[in-house]
Amino acid sequence: MSAQQTEMSARDTAARAEIFARIRRGTADITDKNPETDTPINWTYGGGIEMEDVVGTFVQKVIDYSATVVRVKSADVAQAVVEGLKATGARMNTAVPAGLDADWIYAIRAAGLEARVDDPQLSKETLNETEAVVTAAACGVADTGTIVLTHVADQGRRALTLVPDRHVCVVLASQVVSDVPEAVQIVKPAVQEGHPLTWISGGSATSDIELSRVDGVHGPRTLYVIVVDDA
Amino acid sequence: MGTELRRITEGNHGVARLTPAPDNGGTFLGMPKFQKAVKTELELNVQRKNMRNATTTIRNKRALRVSESPDWEEVREAATEIKNRVSRHLDYYLEQAEKSLTAHGVHVHWARDGQEANQIVADIAKAKGVDEVVKIKSITTQETDLNEYLEEQGIAAWETDLAELIVQLGHDRPSHIVVPAIHRNRAEVREIFLREMKNYGRPAPEDVSENPPELANAARLHLREKFLRAKMAVSGANFVLADTGSLVIVESEGNGRMCLTLPDTLVSMVGIEKILPSFDDLEVFLKLLPRSATGERMNPYNSVWSGVTDGDGPQEQHVIFMDNGRTDVLADAVGREVLRCIRCASCINTCPVYERAGGHAYGSVYPGPIGISLTPQLRGVEDPVDRAMPYACSLCGACNEVCPVKIPFTDIILHLRHRVAQAEKADRFGADKEGTVERNLMKTAGWVLGDAKHFEKVQIATRGAGKVLKRPLGPIPVPIAERWLKYRDVEVPPTDTFRTWWKKNRQEGE
Repeated sequence: MSAQQTEMSARDTAARAEIFARIRRGTADITDKNPETDTPINWTYGGGIEMEDVVGTFVQKVIDYSATVVRVKSADVAQAVVEGLKATGARMNTAVPAGLDADWIYAIRAAGLEARVDDPQLSKETLNETEAVVTAAACGVADTGTIVLTHVADQGRRALTLVPDRHVCVVLASQVVSDVPEAVQIVKPAVQEGHPLTWISGGSATSDIELSRVDGVHGPRTLYVIVVDDA
Repeated sequence: MGTELRRITEGNHGVARLTPAPDNGGTFLGMPKFQKAVKTELELNVQRKNMRNATTTIRNKRALRVSESPDWEEVREAATEIKNRVSRHLDYYLEQAEKSLTAHGVHVHWARDGQEANQIVADIAKAKGVDEVVKIKSITTQETDLNEYLEEQGIAAWETDLAELIVQLGHDRPSHIVVPAIHRNRAEVREIFLREMKNYGRPAPEDVSENPPELANAARLHLREKFLRAKMAVSGANFVLADTGSLVIVESEGNGRMCLTLPDTLVSMVGIEKILPSFDDLEVFLKLLPRSATGERMNPYNSVWSGVTDGDGPQEQHVIFMDNGRTDVLADAVGREVLRCIRCASCINTCPVYERAGGHAYGSVYPGPIGISLTPQLRGVEDPVDRAMPYACSLCGACNEVCPVKIPFTDIILHLRHRVAQAEKADRFGADKEGTVERNLMKTAGWVLGDAKHFEKVQIATRGAGKVLKRPLGPIPVPIAERWLKYRDVEVPPTDTFRTWWKKNRQEGE
């Protein structure tokens, strides 16, 4: 431990003790020290919303963010990935996570595009010069048009789906749920294993100039979603 | 246009600096109190028009998204209960969060005040040998004036949120907690980008127009090189989940994801009240926050991370839990309800006073209803600026209705007015003496209202006054009345009272 670190941790210890003492003084009026009996929470966790067509709603809400959505059968996914890359304007190359479906990678290469596998990890500079990225997903949320990534092997690390300008994302119809609470429950095991999450609702956007939504700032400016009717 | 743009301060006044010098040193210290500052702000016609357009847009968007949500009231109630639980048992959840974070390889630090929090950030930067950091929009770091502290320490802090970039490059101060450049229109943004970007990195394209997509693209190009080169990032956090040791950042542009993913070191400065007990609680707040803040079903990006992940993102992470007055808020049984705040700004967007005054007049990084309820509690009611804040309110209560965590703003504001009055009384008359003027006024009011005959006598007098005075009353040079009328226009009393009108126009018993 360096002298600076020792000094820092001594300061932290003193600050910590004082903050906790202040909190305990400030909450001395609260006699029931059991959070659950002192403050009950009347909410049923993990619930969904009644909707007629969950996948159809998901598709519509994703389109509302001005993303492109196509629906395909299981047998046509590899072809749809290639078409998606071309539709978004990728001409030369795409990044792919190491765990992506091998058939999709084969189809990308067969179509004449370079598939840059993130193993070993591509440098930031290489990612910045890569046109697109293709990934799978963990979950889709119909009510909000959101895709959730848990960054496991077929989705890749976070930078992969961030730095390239186009994201082609494959979501299975069976992964789509009605509302946020169900999605939270689906991805919870991944979080407990230490995986990060990224929730994606449309392409990157900003409302910072006159509060009008402008699509495309730092994240992928084009989002192309392939919904696979796998059921 | 010229005079309207006068607040875009040019250059750094000849001082050598790493980053653009903010107006007034970036702080709100030494500013005039609201009632004085607002007079200048109300003169800025372009700003007032920008504000009206922006707040009207956001109010309508929010209302639409809330109306789509079938269980909105239930979600609000759940969020209120969850945040109450956290405040009331803050020590328990902070200990749990500290344990979970530490288990995930995060260095946890504690800061009693803003100065201490700033020092921790600077010490980490120095230990890593970096002379610049990229920043995710964080009002907490504005509360502590972190950027200016780092500048003094020879470390450049680059804001990467588009609005924060506009504010930083404009030598300006934020005027809103979600959209800090709400007071700027596209023409002003273009002028700022053209003038300033070239001094701090990649210039704006010379032919950039006022079109927001082109301006956003200029920001993308300008910041990309900073993202790729940065070794350290500084963030706040929207939520800290105590059980899983996760931090949550809710954002739109992807600048947050860049900062959370590309650098080697990440430092997150977090107010101690930002905790949620459990990962499960996220479902409530992700239903609530985007619709309340930007009027979207969901904002483009949410990041959730639990400490260090092998091969993904920063391998060194620090979380600074900061008090900076929050335990004083907690100690006030009425005021503590404000600690539920999730910084969505729906109260600000709905506030008629904010819409007209703008965010700079308040003298705090937190403007509007949340600002006047929180700031005097965080900083105390010693300074005239803080004492004036609870009065920057018409008590209309619109904020109470929209708040996703049901903060009773007007109750807290009245409570704070009482605290201010107590403090002023103690200053003027000593701790145990009454203010005689106010006491006599109240005695008179008691006499007038205590008996119908007394009330009628007074009305004869006001009718007379109405006949003499023909125009609305403006400022008049009479003690006490002058102070009252300084901020108010008073209509001339009517020449007839309701009681006499009733007697003339209605029969008994009708």
